[in-house]
Amino acid sequence: MTAAEKVNAPHRMAEPPFVRRLLIAVALVFIALFLVVPLVSVFAEALKQGIGFYFQTLHDPLTLSAIKLTLITAGISVPLNCVFGVAAAWAIAKFDFRGKNILLTLIDLPFSISPVISGLIFVLIFGAQGWFGSWFTEHMKIIFAVPGIVLATIFVTFPFVARELIPLMQAQGRTEEEAARVLGASGWQTFWRVTIPNIKWGLIYGVILCNARAMGEFGAVSVVSGHIQGQTNTIPLHVQILYEGNNFTGAFAVASLLTFLALVTLVLKTWVENKNTALRGTAFTPVPIGNKAA
Amino acid sequence: MPTRQTGAKKNRVLPGFKLTLGFTLFYLGLIVLIPLTAVFIKTSTLSWAQFSQTVFSPQALAAYRLSFGASFFAALINAVFGLIVAWVLVRYSFFGKKFVDALVDLPFALPTAVAGITLATLYAPNGWIGHLLVPFGIKVSYTQLGIFVALTFIGLPFIVRTVQPVLEDFDPELEDAAASLGASRWQIFWRVIFPTLTPALLTGFALAFARALGEYGSVVFISSNIPMKTQIVPLLIMNELDSFQYARATALAVVMLVVSFLLLLAVNVLQWWSNRYNTNNLA
Repeated sequence: MTAAEKVNAPHRMAEPPFVRRLLIAVALVFIALFLVVPLVSVFAEALKQGIGFYFQTLHDPLTLSAIKLTLITAGISVPLNCVFGVAAAWAIAKFDFRGKNILLTLIDLPFSISPVISGLIFVLIFGAQGWFGSWFTEHMKIIFAVPGIVLATIFVTFPFVARELIPLMQAQGRTEEEAARVLGASGWQTFWRVTIPNIKWGLIYGVILCNARAMGEFGAVSVVSGHIQGQTNTIPLHVQILYEGNNFTGAFAVASLLTFLALVTLVLKTWVENKNTALRGTAFTPVPIGNKAA
Repeated sequence: MPTRQTGAKKNRVLPGFKLTLGFTLFYLGLIVLIPLTAVFIKTSTLSWAQFSQTVFSPQALAAYRLSFGASFFAALINAVFGLIVAWVLVRYSFFGKKFVDALVDLPFALPTAVAGITLATLYAPNGWIGHLLVPFGIKVSYTQLGIFVALTFIGLPFIVRTVQPVLEDFDPELEDAAASLGASRWQIFWRVIFPTLTPALLTGFALAFARALGEYGSVVFISSNIPMKTQIVPLLIMNELDSFQYARATALAVVMLVVSFLLLLAVNVLQWWSNRYNTNNLA
């Protein structure tokens, strides 16, 4: 190879043009078949009986109560997991202690558990035949009631905020906080004025992903809900009830709400990623965060 | 000397260690660890005979076979196409690339129940895709093929998202070096690029496989849930729960939990392997 050839060798696009076009075509057909067609079909099915029926379904009292319960569930579980995420990330990123890798693996645990099993564990504890079942069925209903739905949702969304914040705070190190302390700031001042501005985007990112899962969770919630319409029905469960009642258009109308939420999530996610390029959606693709620190 | 003391206790320059770690462990224990041990304690109340009768029943064995088989092939298809999508997204530029890149995460963002009813409707004999397959005698919805389609959908992002960053970090000088030594493009891909991607590819495969094994929402609608035929393990557990067979459901859950933990371990080992690979590249 002559020197001139070497300089001209295009290393990034070395495949012949037809191979390049073929690969792009294969990728696009795959994406279109598995992602675009289903996405479009949700809205097409939802509007099959006209826009009037669509809004009528969404205004139905049972739909509205499902929306309300989903908002309540996400409204409780997301902030709780947010506080946990910040606390866990602070402990793990700012201090050295033994067993850190085990702790990281345990935080990830809910991701590797089937949603059905995530619901089952709470039935085993609080259900009528469970450990504390008799006491709870008398005093405070948890299973087949709203608290069970909230608990199961907290469980499945448990790692989301933590696993966005831990790698971010580990990468940022401790020097800025230490400097603030040396200059006389109190612990809370350091946290609010130094740490929070630094992790702002990571926190927003974690909340977006956590919220998407909290509002969309189906399997775990289905186990603990009892499917009482108007009482223990979240939006995804309402979709199932309508679908199984052969009201397909109605099911897709309600499903279109969740699809819209998914699209908003993706747009916000992409927007935040552009703001902070260090964020890569580790909650959506649960690669273990444990050994990344090294 | 006071300075020595603070030097030795360097952890304590920043406050809140006990508070944050304490809260972390408390919350982890309350939400995750104590509930999880319930599964194992509940199972220990079963005799071995009862346990093995449940987890080795013909219905359970058929469910394992279908769950593992469908999850494996779904992950395999995603490995092939996920690699192509990741390659195209990193290496080529084309119209709508950013849109495709963002859309890859749709299966994570879309609630599984929505995915379930959508795929079941699309692939039904009168659905948009299903009616095209009827002339060929291919039925998808309510068959094992439908389960495979649903599991492929939910596993789609894993391989793209694990391979993509490795491919982005890949040093093109290695390709130049191989090319200058006379390697063909195909040789460069298989001998130089592909080995670097292997750990990421396997990690993505294991993650997609693990996710598919536990999947419920997207499968329940597209599967006819017939025992021995179209019943995956999560559906079998759900059936046991619906008929108040808590002990049987728990025994099956323990089997699945053990499999999940083994997969988690495998993913951790793979991750460690791939990190070592990257450090070697940098050195």
